[in-house]
Parts: sequence; C-alpha cells; structure tokens
Amino acid sequence: MLSQRFLVGECLLMTCFPKTRVYFNDEKRIMSELTNGAATPVKLTRKDFVTDQEVRWCPGCGDYSILAAVQKVMPELGIPKEKIVFISGIGCSSRFPYYMNTYGFHTIHGRAPALATGVKAANPDLQVWVITGDGDSLSIGGNHFIHALRRNINLKIVLFNNRIYGLTKGQYSPTSELGKKNKSAPMGTIDYPINPLSLAFAAEATFVGRSMDTDPKHLSTMVEKLAAHKGSGVLEVYQNCNIFNDGAFKGFNERDVRDDRMLYLEHGKPLVFGKDKSKGIRLKGVTPEVVTIGENGVTVDDLLVHDENAPEPSLSYIIGRMEYPEYPVPMGIFRSVSKPTYEDMLTNQVESAVAAKGAGSLEKLINSGETWTIN
Amino acid sequence: MSATTLEDVISSKQVEELETVTIRFAGDSGDGMQVTGGQFTSTSAIIGNDISTLPDFPAEIRAPAGSLPGVSGYQLNFSSRDIRTPGDEPQVLVAMNPAALKTNLPDLEPGGILVVNTDEFNANNLKKAGYASNPIEDGSLTGYRLFKVPITSNTLKALENSALPFKQQDRCKNFYALGLMYWLYDRPMEPTVKWVNDKFGSKPEVADANIQVMRAGFNYADTTELFTTHYKVGKAKIKPGKYRNITGNEATAIGFIAGAQLTGRPLFYGSYPITPASDILHELSKHKNFGVKTFQAEDEIAAIGSAIGASFAGSIGLTGTSGPGVALKSEAIGLAVMTELPLVIIDVQRGGPSTGLPTKTEQADLLQAMFGRNSDCPVGIVAPSTPGDCFEMAIEAVKLATKYMAPVFYLSDGYIANGSEPWEIPSIESLPDLTVQFRTETEGFFPYLRDEKTLARPWAVPGTPGLEHRIGGIEKKHITGNVNYEPDNHDFMVRLRAEKIQRMQQDIPDIEIFGDKTGKVLVLGWGSTYGAITTAVEQLRDQGKSVSSAHLKYLNPFPKNLGEVLKSYETVIIPELNLGQLAMLIRAQFLVDAVSFSQVKGKPFKVSSLVNKIKEFL
Repeated sequence: MLSQRFLVGECLLMTCFPKTRVYFNDEKRIMSELTNGAATPVKLTRKDFVTDQEVRWCPGCGDYSILAAVQKVMPELGIPKEKIVFISGIGCSSRFPYYMNTYGFHTIHGRAPALATGVKAANPDLQVWVITGDGDSLSIGGNHFIHALRRNINLKIVLFNNRIYGLTKGQYSPTSELGKKNKSAPMGTIDYPINPLSLAFAAEATFVGRSMDTDPKHLSTMVEKLAAHKGSGVLEVYQNCNIFNDGAFKGFNERDVRDDRMLYLEHGKPLVFGKDKSKGIRLKGVTPEVVTIGENGVTVDDLLVHDENAPEPSLSYIIGRMEYPEYPVPMGIFRSVSKPTYEDMLTNQVESAVAAKGAGSLEKLINSGETWTIN
Repeated sequence: MSATTLEDVISSKQVEELETVTIRFAGDSGDGMQVTGGQFTSTSAIIGNDISTLPDFPAEIRAPAGSLPGVSGYQLNFSSRDIRTPGDEPQVLVAMNPAALKTNLPDLEPGGILVVNTDEFNANNLKKAGYASNPIEDGSLTGYRLFKVPITSNTLKALENSALPFKQQDRCKNFYALGLMYWLYDRPMEPTVKWVNDKFGSKPEVADANIQVMRAGFNYADTTELFTTHYKVGKAKIKPGKYRNITGNEATAIGFIAGAQLTGRPLFYGSYPITPASDILHELSKHKNFGVKTFQAEDEIAAIGSAIGASFAGSIGLTGTSGPGVALKSEAIGLAVMTELPLVIIDVQRGGPSTGLPTKTEQADLLQAMFGRNSDCPVGIVAPSTPGDCFEMAIEAVKLATKYMAPVFYLSDGYIANGSEPWEIPSIESLPDLTVQFRTETEGFFPYLRDEKTLARPWAVPGTPGLEHRIGGIEKKHITGNVNYEPDNHDFMVRLRAEKIQRMQQDIPDIEIFGDKTGKVLVLGWGSTYGAITTAVEQLRDQGKSVSSAHLKYLNPFPKNLGEVLKSYETVIIPELNLGQLAMLIRAQFLVDAVSFSQVKGKPFKVSSLVNKIKEFL
C-alpha cells in the first residue's frame, strides 16, 4: 500500500540515480589505518578546512572569528583531516561543522557530547570536537556536558557563550545576567545565571579554558592548547551576538578597557593585570581581592600564583568565579591536568578481555552454559 | 552422604505417569524462588522434557518480608509433548509463606497439589497476609491436596552441624523445597549439585549446605508417609539437535553479538539501566573479548546518542531500553532516520503508561515504535516470538539496519525477556553472511547517493581519506546531502525515506500459516503471544475446527503476502496485550474488518481464554 502511494516518487527516483553503486572492498586497509593511527605527514593549509557551503551566520557575528581561528589552527596540528570530526548540537554555533571540511555531524539540541562520546569510544583514533553554545550545553544538554567531562573522554568542547538564545531570536539563556530584559523576560530575567567554568570544575574536567572572539591571537592559542590536551576539555569562548545581545562583553573586552578589566592567566606567574601591570589578585581567606602593587605594602610576592596543573582545582575555581566589575575577567587556561582517559580504559578492558579469554568465538558463545543433545 | 537413587524411590512408592505438569514456586522476594524455579527448569530440560517458564517478580527489590507485594513467583510448564506456554493454571503450588499462598492460590487448579512451609504460618505472617485465621488449619484448603511441611525447621535441622551463621542457613530453605519437588517429579539432583558447586566454588561451605538441604528435602519426601505417589513426566519428542536453556534477554544479547560478528563490525551498546532490559547490558558487558563496547550512559538520550555516534564511526550501534526509555529516545531516533545510519533500538516492553508495571509484560509499544516521533519518520520493526527466537531476530534486525542504512526497532517484552525455553543451538554455518562494506572510493562519492535496489546511502566512516562530509538533522538535498529547504526536495525525501523502509520487504520472508490456507478463522498475532495462540489454535484444530494462525515477526514493513493471507479467511482475530494496536494497523492498511482481542493485565494470555474467544467465531 505504501509502495503504491509512492509510485510517482519512485519514477522520479529512478531517473535520478546513477545506474551502479561501486564499493571498494578494502575495509582492512581503512581499518588498519584507523586503528594504527599511523599519521602520514600531511601539509595542509587553512583552505583545506574550508567547505563549499555558504556561511550563514549574521554579518558581524562573533562565530566568524571562532571559525577562522579553528581553521587557522587545524593545519598546524599535523592530523589528517579525515581523522577529525566536528560534532555539534543545535543553535547558531552548531552550524559550525557544515563549514569545516572534515567529518561532521550536526546533531540534536544538547546531545552533541553524547554522540561524540559514541564516536570517540568506537574509534579512539579520531580527534573529536564538540561545538556547542550556552543554551545547548548548559540548559537542554546540561546533563551530557557534565557526564562527558567527568568521564574524561578525549572530547574537545568549544562552548560559544553569547549569553542569549540567538537562533530562536532572543530569549534569555542560562548564562544571561540577572535582570536582563529580552524577548521572553520583558521585565528582566529572574533566573540566576550559571558560570560554565564552575560547572566544568565541579564535573572534574581536566582542561578548562576561556577566550573570546575579539582576541583572535589568544583564541588561536587556546584552541591549540585544547587540541593538544588528552582528556575532556572545555574552552568557553565569549562570543558577541550582534543581533540579540550586542555588546554583552564590551564592558570589559573592548580594546581600550581590556587591559584594566581582564586578566590573562599565565601558568606559574602571579595574577597581575592593568595597563602598567600594577594591579594583582591576592587571596584573603578564600576570597580574592584586587590590590595595587606598591600600595599598602603589597608586593608581587603577595599575589596568587596561577598553577594550571594543580591537582586540587579549588584555586582555579575561585579564579574562574571572578567577574567584572568586582574583578578583572580572567582569560586563559584555568586547569590542565592529566589522568587516564575513558577511551584508553575502554580499549584496555577490551584488550584485557581478549588476553584473558582469547578473541571471542561465536561457536563457543552460543554453546556456553548447560547443553544437551537430543538424538 | 550418598544420594538416594531413583531406583530406591521407585521401589518404595507408587509412580504415576503424567504428560504435562505446571508448577509454581512462590515465596518472599528474598526466598530464592527464581533460583529454585530456574534449577527445576534446567534439570527438566536436561532430562528431555519440553519446558516453558514464566518468572513473576515484584518491582521492589525486597518489599517487607512476608508482605503481599513482596511475593515472587516462578512458574514452569514441563511436558513429554511439545509445549509453547508456561501453562494457564499451575497444578502444583509451593507456597513458602502465607502471603505467597494468598496471592497465588486463586490460580491453582481445583484439586491441585499445595505444598506449604508450615513454619512461616505464624501469627505475624498471617496478619501481614491478611488472614484472619490460619488457612492450613481452618479447613479452607480442603479443595486441594495439601502437604504441610515444616520447611524452615527441617532446613535448620539438616544444617545442625554447619558452621554457617543462622541467617545463611535459613536462606537454604528454597533448596529444601527444590529437593521435595525433585522427588515428587522424579528428577535427578546431579545437575543442581554441579550448578551449586560451580556457583559457590569459592565458598564450599555454602555450596555444601545448599546441597545437603536439597538432599534432605528429597529424602524427607521419600521416607515420610506424607507423599504416597510420585510422578513421572517422560521425554518429549524434541527435534534432534543440541540444546541449551535460554532466556529471551540472554538470546537477545548473544544474538546481537552474533549479528555484529556476521557484519564484521564491532558491536557498541549504549544503554541506561531499566527493567526489564538491564540484563542485556549485564550480559553484553561480559563479552568485551568480542570487541563489544558497552557504555552505561547518563540517561536514555545519551544512550541512544552514543549508539548513533558509534554507528557514524563504523560500529554496529545498538541501544536498549523499555517503553519509558523509548519515549526519551524519540528525538534521537528521528536523527538516525534523517542521517540514515544503521541503528537497532531494543524495546523490552513492560506494562505502562508512564512507570506502569515495570516487571510485568505488555505489548503496548507497537504504535510508539511505529509512529512515536515528530513528522513522518519511518523505521523497520521486528519482534521475536519466543525466548529462543530472540537470537534469530536480533540477527535480522542487524541485517535490515545495515543493509538499508536505517534504524530498526526490536520489540521484545518482559515475558519473553525473562521467560526461558530449550533453544536448539544453530550451527555457525547456517548463519547469514552480513558483511558490510564501507564506501572508500572517492570518485563520484556523495553522502546521499543511493543503492538502486535498497535505496541505502553509502556508509562512509570518519577516518576514510577523501570522503569527508557532514550529516545532520536538517533536511538533506537528495544525493549531495547538503542542507536544503526546497519544498519539492523535502516532499521527495520524505517519500524516499518511507519507500526505503518499505523496500525492506525484499528481505523479509513471507508470513507462514499454521493450519489451512483458507477457512473460517485466522488468528493473527505478533511477538510473545506466539506460544499461547499456537497452542489454542492447535487445541481447536484437534477438535476439527476451521481455524489457522499466523504470526508476525516483521511489523514494519509487513511481509509481502500478508494482504493475501488476511483475505483468505472469513474472520481475522488479533489477540494482543494492548488495546488493539496491531488490529488498528491491519485495519488501516488492508481494510480488513479484523476483530481485536485485548488483554492488559501484565500477564500473558491464558490458552483457555484464547480458545473461548476464538470459539465465538467458529
């Protein structure tokens, strides 16, 4: 019955199809390439990572800058592009994979980390990126975000934070400031915002970083560091939505105020900021305070020294919670530590099982347990 | 201690030959009734009976001891002839406490054998079960053959010299009941002795205690005057071959391992624990040496998401759940339909809606599988008909999913999942070759270019040089797979996805008829009702009635010949454990005035109720 209804379509189909379908039966070669991971040295350029699809973000959107940074970094990684996969959820940022000439999967709202986990677990040899936004990863997909991080599966999560829902045209997001007036909160939002970094620390992420669309150089460095990290990593990128939340970050990230209102973290260095590097962050109990070097006897030695490799994340957590205008907004790598990854432990279990029991035999499996023969 | 041999027994007491017996063991959920039933089943299968089982346990892990909700039961039917159901009414009930008696007695056939553990019939337990007076003393059980056995105290007596703590001694009492039943139905104890020794290998004192107690139960029945007769159930005429006893969930798990092996691709199972599907996760996680990767996800959505991701990466992506989990997975199933990736979704159906009856069976997710997504979103649907059939249908699901690059539902249910039967182990050579070939040729590659016959798109996995491409949930342009919003393209693609699923018909066998090719009544079923329907129809045919049956194992698309078959009978009756979901599909698609026969009690059909219904149309 269904077939009959389809007749018209079917005729159409047949004219559209090429007459043959050719498959090369050399799966072994692919799989050995996939599993050995023997990366043949490749010289790629930015252009190799550009697709033929027209980029459809609004003119002036911060996403362009992030795309450019990623496309710039990709050729420098020395990884063949067929081994790179970009996986996204839903939202403006999640159109990203269509513009990367690698393997890509534009999934459903909030679920990109789940899909990416399956890809990485199935084939650990792939470099798997997750592109997500503040609504996608912190609201509808909050659960997957947490669990991908706590498993320490090697996913490179880039979280575009524009503090608004852009694709649905301007509702408040889980990172929108309290009181913000917008389409779905004309009297101002009464939802307290979440700090994505706090959540990442709580979920035991092994890499936590932050950058912004308006500082391409810093952004590229952060993307490189995230790419190099082995384990679950999240890079929050402050990204301006010039249509629905224009200037969300301009209070602190515009060129003329940036030095005084932002703080670039450097591993092993004291937390210093300001045009003339005269200001710093000191801890008073567990509360950070802004101090001026040379005033009230404060010296550089009094300042908090950043250790991104600290096994205990509490100091990074405290730094990650600093917000303008009380504090300068910190940028850079908050945390970068190493521990066994999910995919390594999974591979290890499979290998141990094979070592202990031998490679699985179907014959043995179906004949296991108590059997009897009827003659 | 030496076992009493069967010869000794046969010489001292009367033996009566029976064709078929249905026993139910019932006790507290902590009493070990499932183990007892399972052991009786294995032993009966090994000595050549045909068997069919129905475990029935509460959703609560340990409801308060002695309470009515805490009763756990295990029913099995064993026979010297071919049987397909666990039996309508037990002829024998073993009740380990008053609550077990109260909840199970209504099912016991009049005059049936009733064995009760008298030790547990104290004031406290009687009160918990809601008995005003003690039923084993107040004469209310005169309609049954009542055997009063102090099972608990006899167990403790048998273990007088055991060093085990009291609590552990007490927990052996299910083996006393098993010993009694082994004597009563003339079964050897050796298979259970072996099982106990294997199971408690590291705790020999526990193994010894259980064996000792079982023998004590056996000897008690043999030596006391209580039991005068014991029964023999001969070997069934079973098709020659090698057999094992298997539950549906076990057969499902190894069926999917086999299916993946036959494709040459590793199996990836993403799942979130849910009754009654969790055993599939447990079983698959034991078989990592097959390259099986199991992923216990944070929720149902992540479970299916990971499976879709694994499919994209070239594994056989599988996810498993029950009805409420399917509801959560719906959006992701749509994604797999849109991205045309192979995926199998196991739904071990249970009573619903919502949380419903987690441990009870139902067939009410058919329409959810068929339509439970936004938009026109067709998938393949298969359904195993018996526990053993799960193996074959799992392989079929993998075949259809990979060959047609599409999601396929696998609809099992609580009855099949936990029920067991002897399964004829197939030869490896008889299994189909399902080798998949990934696309590697870059020349002429498009992600949505299709195979002419199956309409499948190529499976081009990440890692393959030159085939980098992007897929996603947004509508695709035919052939190129690029994002596309054109009206005609969408219309075309919606029809194409439907047609692709319809073309699975090419790989689906015709539906078979049990009985005559035409006649008065056709009983059409699907899934786990196979045993009850076939038994009912067989009984009526033995009486010369014009009735046949046919059983659907493929529900979307239907087999090619179904329309013809339906038109060959005056009446089509469709019994289902739902309010008529298959009947609705059949009526809609074939314009046949089918009669729906529904039951939603969380239990399988009784053969007698089917017989009575069918008779109305003969």
